[in-house]
Order: sequence, then C-alpha cells, then structure tokens
Amino acid sequence: MYARLTSALAFACLISGAALAADTKVTDPQIAHIAYTAGVIDIEAAKQALKISKDKEVISFANDMLRDHEAVNQQALDLVKKLKVTPEDNDTSRALTKAATEEREELAKLSGADFDKAYVANEVAYHKQVNGALETLLIPSAKNAELKDLLETGLKLFQGHQQHAEHVAAMMK
Amino acid sequence: MQTLSLGALCGLALILAVPPAQAETIRITIDKLVFSPVEISAAVGDVIEWQNNDVMAHTATAKGDFDVVIPPKKTATLTVGKAGTFDYYCRFHPNMKARLQVRQ
Ligand SMILES: [Cu+2]
Repeated sequence: MYARLTSALAFACLISGAALAADTKVTDPQIAHIAYTAGVIDIEAAKQALKISKDKEVISFANDMLRDHEAVNQQALDLVKKLKVTPEDNDTSRALTKAATEEREELAKLSGADFDKAYVANEVAYHKQVNGALETLLIPSAKNAELKDLLETGLKLFQGHQQHAEHVAAMMK
Repeated sequence: MQTLSLGALCGLALILAVPPAQAETIRITIDKLVFSPVEISAAVGDVIEWQNNDVMAHTATAKGDFDVVIPPKKTATLTVGKAGTFDYYCRFHPNMKARLQVRQ
C-alpha cells in the first residue's frame, strides 16, 4: 500500500512539478515519448497481471488493457512516423518508468486476492494520474494538431479505463 | 347504401394491402470513443448497425438486454426485438454512453 501511494505520489509531484515549471516547455517529440511510455507502462502492468492473477475478471481486464494500449501505441508510432517526429526521451518519461518499475517490484511480492486488489487499485490510481497529466500538461502543450487529437482520444480512452478499473475494484469488494 | 358498403369494403381492402413497414437499417458510427448519433429511435424489427472506426474494440451493452461486441474497423449488428428505452454503454470504456429508443 505504501509503495503504491508513493509511486502515485511521485507521479503527481512529477507532473505538477513539470506543469509548474513554465520555462521547461515540453516539446512534441517529448510529449510523444511520454504518451507512448504511459502506454508501455500499462502494457507491462497487464502482462504481470496475466502471469500472476487467477481471477477471471482481473484477467479479462488485463487483456483489455493490453489490447487497447498496444493498438493505440501502434497508432502513435504510425503518427510520429508520418509526422517525421522522433520521440525524445526526457525526465518525465524516465521518472514514470522508474516509478512503474518500483510498483511492479512491489506487486511481484503479492499473490492471490492481495495481488488482484493491489493491481486493480494501482490501475485506478495510474489512469487517474495519466488523465491529469494529459489534461493539464500534455494536451495544452502539444503543438501539432494531429498529435493533440491523438492525445485527446487517449484521454477519453484512459478515462474509460479508469471507470472500467473502478467497476472491477467495486466487484471485488 | 350498397355503394357505401362497397366503398367501405374497398377501403378495408386498401388498408390490408398496405405492406407492413419495411424494417430499416439504422447506422451508428463510433469514432474516437463516441457513439454518433448518441440517441437514436428505431422500431421493433429494425436492424441497428454500429460501425467502429477506432483501432480498439468497443461494445454496445444494455445489461440484461443486449451485448454486442464491435471489433476495431468493423461493423456489428443487432435486430431490435422489443420496445422500450435502452441506455447502453461500452463495457471496455464505460464512459461511452448512448441511448436507443424503440417503438412497437
Ligand atoms: Cu469502448
């Protein structure tokens, strides 16, 4: 629980920190990298859940996450290729990946219902944080109209996943 | 009197000759996680066709009534079986909501 809170908190700080630092502008290549990384993180989380969980609902949810994020990340790759933008690694992407790796290490210690609950709770928290980042930082900063459009679709997708995760969490109680 | 009843008879025959309303196909598009039109009216027997333009699968789900999976870049159909108001949503993305009104 503590680890989960800290990684969610780290993400919150990181995003608001980035948003507050008005001088450190996020460029389109960086935005593309952050959005792609956010998808990869959820794919990794889903793969872990598919390995560990035995719960039908959790497995089905993880499969949904895997399928959607792989599809959208492919769309993102196609777009950056078309726009001739090379996604650029950056501090936000690195911090996201670091927090997610730590989260997975914590989750790996759990099994059964403990794992299921922790995974789904983290999915709710994670999607909420990404939604915040998309709304306050990534979408407003995006210059290219097509990139902005993809991010807006991404926001609707992440909001949908958050609600889906909340349903799964409510069913487990 | 006789002419009148004949007229009435002809009228009745005419009414009987009118074929039942043709079942229609009503199309709904899904684009960027939005059903469009969001509200639609149909009659029992009509076919609803959802066209999914997104890269991810969606569903049109009304608990206890219907659950249609619409694969990415594909269409899926439902023949409307009963009258009523059906608020439906996508099981994968519950923020996607729409309504189907069905008359007899
Ligand atoms: Cu959907």
